[in-house]
Amino acid sequence: MIETDILIIGAGPTGLFTVFEAGLLKLKCHIIDALPQPGGQLSELYPKKPIYDIPGLPDVLAGDLVNNLMEQIKQFQPGFTLSETAETIDKLVDGTFIVTTNKGTKHQAKAIAIAGGLGTFEPRKPEIDRISFYEEKGVEYFVKDPELFRDKKIVIAGGGDSALDWSIFLADVASEVTLIHRRNEFRGALDSVEKLQEYKKMGLVNLITPAEVISLHGEDHLNAITINKDGNQETIKTDYFIPLFGLTPKLGAIANWGLEIEKNAIKVNNALDYQTNIPGIYAIGDVNTYPGKLKLILCGFHEATLMCQSVYQRINPGKKYVLKYTTVSGVDGFDGTRKEAEKAVVKSIE
Amino acid sequence: MSQDVTIIITDRKGVKHEVQAPTDMNLNLMELIRMYELAEEGTIGVCGGMAMCASCQCYVLNDVLKTERNDDEEAMLSEAYHVKDDSRLGCQIPITAEIDGLTIEIAPEQ
Repeated sequence: MIETDILIIGAGPTGLFTVFEAGLLKLKCHIIDALPQPGGQLSELYPKKPIYDIPGLPDVLAGDLVNNLMEQIKQFQPGFTLSETAETIDKLVDGTFIVTTNKGTKHQAKAIAIAGGLGTFEPRKPEIDRISFYEEKGVEYFVKDPELFRDKKIVIAGGGDSALDWSIFLADVASEVTLIHRRNEFRGALDSVEKLQEYKKMGLVNLITPAEVISLHGEDHLNAITINKDGNQETIKTDYFIPLFGLTPKLGAIANWGLEIEKNAIKVNNALDYQTNIPGIYAIGDVNTYPGKLKLILCGFHEATLMCQSVYQRINPGKKYVLKYTTVSGVDGFDGTRKEAEKAVVKSIE
Repeated sequence: MSQDVTIIITDRKGVKHEVQAPTDMNLNLMELIRMYELAEEGTIGVCGGMAMCASCQCYVLNDVLKTERNDDEEAMLSEAYHVKDDSRLGCQIPITAEIDGLTIEIAPEQ
């Protein structure tokens, strides 16, 4: 059982920044996310796109913002349960919660912060007969552990950044990489497209376009796929098929937690602390709704900050908290580090 | 003062709406649909308008629109569901004076 003060559901920017604000109040956090890496939409959808409305950062790439947030929170040693989704929640008599994931991992927390953004990202599955039968038997929608593909033959399908980047990365891991896309054009960062071009010339990646995978074969495990290219069918032997057609968000199991939902978002009390209709469960960032709500990262940061104060009061009833400024008080990490402003000297100049 | 244009939108339940769209707010068709709440929040404009999700896919029902799909749109639609020849992404269609009278139908959810 993982024990923590605040269990954060969602490792997007709002969830990550919660760790910092909680840390200032000496509250420990653990984060659950369905994706294999932190960052939420920023890492998964648009890591190489700029954001212009983060206060104090005239422009920042989404991926860099995630890296910066990870750097900012590391002193507070957050725990992560990645590639798992929060499924069920139980409230115990002592007011704490037990959240269990789809893989059975249990987390006990004094408060829950749902920072789930648009919801759990689920892969968009291509419409291929019996594809669900082959899931985890040769069909993978994410690359969670590249070692799974060590010395194996793999076929990747898709035309975006993930398909490009994983084809390039796995070319050094797998014994054979084939990339199939419905069009001749790929949409991705220029350096990725150019690198793939180079890999194709060097024979490190077999590129087949325009083509699509139409059927899968194998008795217990995938062993081949059939593609359609210009009306001609061809069967290719492979150990794995990785369709990377993007992700769609779904509110998922959280929708069944008894929370008040409006317009696919969780209703919260914005006049106070972003608490939901269930005391101890908060919703912050894009996942919540209230009159005047704006789905902006900067609003998520604000909501996270106020929420942490409320959690502090919940965990320490009756204890008065005095707001402190990091510039004045410094930051004491849970890892023993301390950050503080350099003291000014008082010295006469001769 | 810029003129509003009229856009005719059939929602996912098959109900037809004739809406007035301002041309001076830098809006696109996806944002117009959200503005009038013609599709449930969370089911449209999911990626925010980056042509990365196809949740704002529409079918263009008349010949008012003179622009073609751009590269990003073409790439996304090549991987989306329920795509037809007249499919476009609402987020890639700016609301301008030229599209007065545009008639569209919102495609089913992805």
